[in-house]
Amino acid sequence: MKATLQKEQPSTGNQNQRQEFVAPPVNIFETKDGYVLEAEMPGVNKQGLEITLEGNEVTIVGRRSNEPWSGEPLFRECQRADLRRVFELDPAIDTAKVASKIDQGILTLTLPKSERVKPRKITVND
Amino acid sequence: MNYLTRWQRPELSGWQGVGPLTDLRDEIDRLFESPLAELTRTSQLLSGWTPAVDLFEDKDNFILRAELPGMKKDDIELSFHDGSLSISGERKAEDKFQDAEVYRAERFFGRFQRTITVPAPVSADKIKAQFKDGILTVTLPKTEEAKPKHIEVKVAD
Repeated sequence: MKATLQKEQPSTGNQNQRQEFVAPPVNIFETKDGYVLEAEMPGVNKQGLEITLEGNEVTIVGRRSNEPWSGEPLFRECQRADLRRVFELDPAIDTAKVASKIDQGILTLTLPKSERVKPRKITVND
Repeated sequence: MNYLTRWQRPELSGWQGVGPLTDLRDEIDRLFESPLAELTRTSQLLSGWTPAVDLFEDKDNFILRAELPGMKKDDIELSFHDGSLSISGERKAEDKFQDAEVYRAERFFGRFQRTITVPAPVSADKIKAQFKDGILTVTLPKTEEAKPKHIEVKVAD
């Protein structure tokens, strides 16, 4: 089983007001020290970012800072919806040491592996 | 308007806020795609990516917004010529993860270029650009002639 998989989960963010989210494209790398996740979140700044670690899941939510538009749109391709994506965490990740930063619309999440995690053998009893 | 159509990666269409029906339609569309269309797609895939662009118009300006997450300010080139604004540049992949195992690679790197025809004359020397939170905003002020004018029309009874 691959460790950091995306869970098939619809956005359940807010029950009262139905909110639409789009999933940001991500790159995920694994190094010997841990995982690095990069998500494209244009228009999202530090204030609009919400990262929640719960159980074995990490949820990233990016709310775009929507500047008011006085004009009339001639064409629109950029997504207006906020961004959300949920990932299942490898149990090897030390959740206390997860760090994040956002720079020019790229969220970088660093998920280091726990020092204690080593392959273990389990003996089977008769 | 002769701007370039945004190319959408087929594997992304499923989760960009569209339902399963759209997925199915995409699948059918793909089945009937001609080999030539497939070729264009592939060549686009090799040549880079296409950022999403918005164009707004108000009384005095045209405002263009382009999503360029992960770009560096100095890697963005802007030029205005003959009523068209060109945005180009290159998004470079960081090589620090070259030896790492890749779990997901959904982001695009490489060169891009878009040309947007501005529908009315603008003062080229007053064009301003700003790059913040991965979004490039270009303000193109209209020339006096292009601004809407209020003309009183007197109707004789």
